[in-house]
Amino acid sequence: MIDIKHLGKRFRKLVALEDINATFSAGQVVALIGPNGSGKTTLIKSILGLVRPDKGAIYFQGEELGSDGSYRARIGYMPQIGRYPDNMTIGQLLRMIRDLRGSDVSLDEELYYQFHLDRLQDKPMRGLSGGTRQKVSAALAFLFNPPVLILDEPTAGLDPVSSEVLKKKILREKAKGKLLLITSHVLSDLEDVTTHVLYLQDGRVFFQGKISELHEQTGEQRLGKAIAHLMQHATAQGELEEHEFIYIKIAN
Amino acid sequence: MLKISRYVWSDIIRNKVVIAYTLFLLVVSLSLFQMEEDPSKAVLSLLNIILIVVPLVSMVFATIHWYNSYEFLELLLTQPISRGKVFLAEWAGISSSLAAAFFVGVGIPVLIYNGNATGVALLLVGMLLTLVFTSLAFLASVRSRDKARGIGAALMIWFYCTLIYDGLLLLLLFAFADYPMEKPTLALSCLNPVDLGRIYIMLHLDVSALMGYTGALYKDFLGTAGGTVVTLGILLLWILLPLWMAMRTFKKKDL
Repeated sequence: MIDIKHLGKRFRKLVALEDINATFSAGQVVALIGPNGSGKTTLIKSILGLVRPDKGAIYFQGEELGSDGSYRARIGYMPQIGRYPDNMTIGQLLRMIRDLRGSDVSLDEELYYQFHLDRLQDKPMRGLSGGTRQKVSAALAFLFNPPVLILDEPTAGLDPVSSEVLKKKILREKAKGKLLLITSHVLSDLEDVTTHVLYLQDGRVFFQGKISELHEQTGEQRLGKAIAHLMQHATAQGELEEHEFIYIKIAN
Repeated sequence: MLKISRYVWSDIIRNKVVIAYTLFLLVVSLSLFQMEEDPSKAVLSLLNIILIVVPLVSMVFATIHWYNSYEFLELLLTQPISRGKVFLAEWAGISSSLAAAFFVGVGIPVLIYNGNATGVALLLVGMLLTLVFTSLAFLASVRSRDKARGIGAALMIWFYCTLIYDGLLLLLLFAFADYPMEKPTLALSCLNPVDLGRIYIMLHLDVSALMGYTGALYKDFLGTAGGTVVTLGILLLWILLPLWMAMRTFKKKDL
């Protein structure tokens, strides 16, 4: 469904992504995992066309991403930090997006009601807590019933009850055969929903495959431990030596 | 695109600055026409105010509005809407509301008290300058992510057009005082939309006789129908060129 080929992106001197190759297909729940600043959000934003990659290409359902953005009708995106026009209320915001999309697909308002956003309709966005913003973002991402869902840190800032609601929703969408890309730092959150793992570090792919393969390769049964194993393994192969050298220099 | 512009309008109406700007222009123009016996003198005074205020307000308002609606733009870009559309809709929303404010604030009094060719020329120049400076403001704000830098750049452009340019021109004229400078001056005035607008209206006001030989040359060139077309064409270029550059930058930008 989404094919990424030799994707590269630099921000000035910082290499954010380097030669990323990946394929995501329908029915998968892919966990994008990696330390802070490893390029997860940059990768997601490249798929959405918010970041323009320097090298490589992304194919969405076989077509290279065009500049007209019409493919985004098939993507639901929940950003890490939902930033919305301050002087709009929740109701106005949702109505506006519906109006702008003008789509005829049946709306999926399940999360909207499950998060009780209908009771907060008239609250302006500027006064919302971080958690409520997350709920709005989630409701918006699922609203148009898109075949691909991209969730950036979906459970960060949500209380346990809402987090559970969202997780159940993710499972339901997975059962419908949708593709879900999820990043999260809280690995236990992802444990029971993920089917595939993409591990990024320093802008490169260190592991990609089914979750069972990850268990096999690392010999760990829990996702958290397996990732920890990967991290140590990844850093042992070079990058760290340079860091250690610097530490030694500083120590002396 | 019109749908997006509609949301920009509703946002602008809600924040009331443009309404205050309309009232300000209305009060200024009405009181000038009330005070002056001769409406064409009032137009001259009005011209001087407009050439300062219109660029400044268009520029500052457009820049700040751009940064304020960054979230809105970001949200739109996660939806199936192309960047070009979002950009043009935002520009159309802001520039049309500023132009409408100018039309109500200055246009109505001018058409009532001095609805001749000069009045119409003043309106045209004012509207075009509004669009020019909205485009320049967009260019300044798209180029820098930092708000303070964007607004600073916008103000620098305004300084250039209203103050620095005149100084530079004087300097140049002094330095080359021994040479015939009429034609180069004419060409140089194309480098500043405000100056171009001023000369264009002055020529309609018959005060060009006071500007000596250069004035006569201006009149010869810009006073004719062909000159009008050239002036408006250059002002149009001042709208489209920055807009096109800004859009190109925006399309390549990482958000």
